[in-house]
Amino acid sequence: MSEEIKIGVYVCHCGSNIADKVDCAAVAEFASKLPNVTVARDFQYMCADPGQELIRKDIKEQGINRVVVASCSPRMHEPTFRKVCESVGLNGYFFEMANIREHVSWCTEDREAATEKAKALVAAAVARVPLQEPLYERYADMNDRVLVIGGGIAGIEAALKVSGGNKEVVIVEKEPSIGGTMAKLDKTFPTLDCSACILTPKMVECAQRDNVKLYTYSEVEKVDGYVGNFTVTIRKKARSVDLDKCTGCGLCITKCPTKDIPHEWEENLTTRTAIFTPFPQAVPNKPVIDRENCRYFTTGKCGICAKVCPTDAVDFEQEDELVTEDFGAIIVATGFELFDPSVGPQWGFGKFDNVITSLQFERMVNASGPTKGKVLLKNGEEPKSIAILHCIGSRDENYHEYCSRFCCTAALKLAHLAKEKTNGDVYSFYIDMRTFGKGYEEFYNRIMSEGIHFIRGKGTEVVERKGQLLVRTEDTLLGKYREVPVDMVVLMAACQPGQDTEKLAQTLAIQRSADGFFLEAHPKLEPLKTATDGIFLCGACQGPKDIPDSVAQGAGAASEALSLISAGKVKISPIVARCDEDKCGGCMICINLCPYTAISYDEEKKVAVVNEAKCKGCGTCSGSCPTGAMTNTNFTDEQIMTQIEGVLAV
Amino acid sequence: MSDKKLKLGLYWAAGCGGCDVAVLDIDEKILDVAEVADIHFWPIAMDFKYKDVAAMDDGFLDVCFLNGAIRNSENKEVAELLRAKSKVLVALGTCACYGGVIGLANFCTREEILETAFKKTVSTDNPEGIIPQPVSEVDGCELHIPEVYEAVYKLDDFVNVDYYLPGCPPRAELIAKAIDAIVAGQLPEPGSVLLPAKTVCDECKREKKDRHVDEFKRPWELIPDEEKCLLDQGLVCMGPATRAGCGAACTNVNMPCRGCYGPAEGVIDQGAKAMSAVAVTAVSTNLAEMEKVISQVKDPAGTFYMYGLPNSLLRGRQMKEAK
Repeated sequence: MSEEIKIGVYVCHCGSNIADKVDCAAVAEFASKLPNVTVARDFQYMCADPGQELIRKDIKEQGINRVVVASCSPRMHEPTFRKVCESVGLNGYFFEMANIREHVSWCTEDREAATEKAKALVAAAVARVPLQEPLYERYADMNDRVLVIGGGIAGIEAALKVSGGNKEVVIVEKEPSIGGTMAKLDKTFPTLDCSACILTPKMVECAQRDNVKLYTYSEVEKVDGYVGNFTVTIRKKARSVDLDKCTGCGLCITKCPTKDIPHEWEENLTTRTAIFTPFPQAVPNKPVIDRENCRYFTTGKCGICAKVCPTDAVDFEQEDELVTEDFGAIIVATGFELFDPSVGPQWGFGKFDNVITSLQFERMVNASGPTKGKVLLKNGEEPKSIAILHCIGSRDENYHEYCSRFCCTAALKLAHLAKEKTNGDVYSFYIDMRTFGKGYEEFYNRIMSEGIHFIRGKGTEVVERKGQLLVRTEDTLLGKYREVPVDMVVLMAACQPGQDTEKLAQTLAIQRSADGFFLEAHPKLEPLKTATDGIFLCGACQGPKDIPDSVAQGAGAASEALSLISAGKVKISPIVARCDEDKCGGCMICINLCPYTAISYDEEKKVAVVNEAKCKGCGTCSGSCPTGAMTNTNFTDEQIMTQIEGVLAV
Repeated sequence: MSDKKLKLGLYWAAGCGGCDVAVLDIDEKILDVAEVADIHFWPIAMDFKYKDVAAMDDGFLDVCFLNGAIRNSENKEVAELLRAKSKVLVALGTCACYGGVIGLANFCTREEILETAFKKTVSTDNPEGIIPQPVSEVDGCELHIPEVYEAVYKLDDFVNVDYYLPGCPPRAELIAKAIDAIVAGQLPEPGSVLLPAKTVCDECKREKKDRHVDEFKRPWELIPDEEKCLLDQGLVCMGPATRAGCGAACTNVNMPCRGCYGPAEGVIDQGAKAMSAVAVTAVSTNLAEMEKVISQVKDPAGTFYMYGLPNSLLRGRQMKEAK
């Protein structure tokens, strides 16, 4: 590197965000005296056009060949300033950022200390930047098929949109039918239109489109590869019914002698047979055998379904099948599950017959449900009074701190249906009424006019006294403790991550947030992306969402996937790990550690090999490498040590 | 150098003497050495005085092999003297290169060590509690002895070192190879370590597989499988973080590597590297489990820094004294 190093240092005020706490002019003045610094300036907004122009001008006119911007987090504007450098012919990796906002001005009240720390961070960047090397982005080929995991409304919407863009899409659904939670609902808020009427046409469309392939009763077993080139192993669980031969006539179901199995899809309000389709509108509308409860599998005798089947479709010998498919992008739409209220004994769920969950009530009021749309107590009578308890497991630090968002409006809908079906007394126990969506507040107003009793107080306990259910609450509007006698209690259980979330996060190498839901790349600006390139999120697997939001996200995730695969090529960041084969001792410590499965072992050379397309440059391997073999570009030991020395020298 | 004989010097500073023995371990090869070299200074084998060295012209010795660390003022004085008199100075053995086992003394202060050595051990017979001083009066005369330093230092903390040949001790073949290279004038860049760049794992034939440890054990607690990686079997093996050259001598005989050949090429802190490599084998999603497994590694400072404390970022408990 014979070229003379000329560093330009730019200290950003970020309006008053930085300037309030840091003496930016003093920092620039300090920087101007550091080695190799040619110009040092402070400016109101470095990210805005005039700020960017300052850098361009200095590069062109003063021959600046290394750029240091002291401003916000690199997560915010590193790409911005890299582009500025590149726009005037300077490699973007000759740029270094000192974070004096998140790391300095936002975390102290002490102006003097803040200014000193800002100087130290700038000195570190100035010390480091001469050691930085030019790096170049590269490209790999792109497969243009998309995998959607989960066939609920979000996944269905995503799949149909991708298919509409003339790209092939595969849906993997773990249940025997697609449809998800929405298929169980009776009416949808705030318009009260029938859930099945708007969902089933979309389900059928998934089955009919040529470029949509369905794997129901199937799960994602393994994901290899990287953005643009994923190879996914799918486990097709043994259905015991040949989907090609089965016509869905249902004769087997009517003849099955085992009829007393709790019907999970009906929230265990009724029973089903061992060979069954979960619901009449199922897609595919073909049965599956529940091997745990089927007499043929438990006793070896029976086989009636096979005997009556007119097309010889029942196949007891069927085994799980592993298929592999290649994709360019993956959309995760695995939805949520309902919080189990029996975890909290205070609500009496599982203890008292007539304490039920919101989804159980939903099935009850559904015309095709187990009670044919009638609201019935366990004894078969109609309840004269119903209490609906909000926030069961949500907004509760003992269970889930977060708000489940959709339950307030869902509770209003259920209150309306309860009133409509029974004309009894309906009580709604709420903490705050959170009707945030379009038309939801208006819906609330409408329901308030229907004679529902709204009690502002959380239903903290459900007890039984002489056969009478009592809901206990502190009515915060009256400032009084109350006990309300009712016949039936409906618990608005929280929306929580599905049981498979952790396993799937590992399979896909994506992260989860503290609440257990999948973590988006940025809460505001990248809500549908994950930290793993090429894997997108939509619907309630990322956090509680109602139908409109899930549909919007499904379409959004499809757009993300289409935009990615339509580019035809994958851009690969040049910040990656590299293994020096001359130094690698082949200890294999790094291989299992890599969260992106980007490292493999070369048996012949006995060294670790990094797949740069899969590598995210996270640094786990270089940190754990016991030799100096594994290094990260742009984060070499020398660069980091120099940076530390730069901080300490001030 | 073919027309005249190589002038050789060897010296033993603060060390156990094993490196000098390793030089003798080259066996009959010593005769070849005698053919090409004259030994001008080797206190363990021949009678020379420091004044003989002082009398040499600067750069008189072609090569000097210096083993042992710098613990006292005498070590330092002779190291500086030999540096001046030698064209090429080789730090021989891990003490000279990285501080070695005796570098573990840096976890204690000089006072603690002297107290223990002269007062507290069971066999000490020192009723007056005398601790030797650099200057003392004996029978009306002033007696000078070398001053013990606050800490153990490696050779290049005081003088410029041309080549490093670590090992505790370095294998005789490596010393012979170094002498051959010197005679043939085929030495690498000054500052190099005269060993392969790879690590012990590269020379170790054991099968590495699991890279996951459920329980760390000490060597006496099990008879290890002879085919499988010792680290995979729960023994703390420094092999992944230790420079190759020994031919995996310890792991070949079912003992985990203790790291005596020092850090791999380009590594700043061998102990930290070994620690992170060993620690990550216990990585689990269950934090309590992970803590339990990690706590089974006994005496981590003494284990991971057994040969290199003065060469580490840690340096020791304290390093007050200036050079």
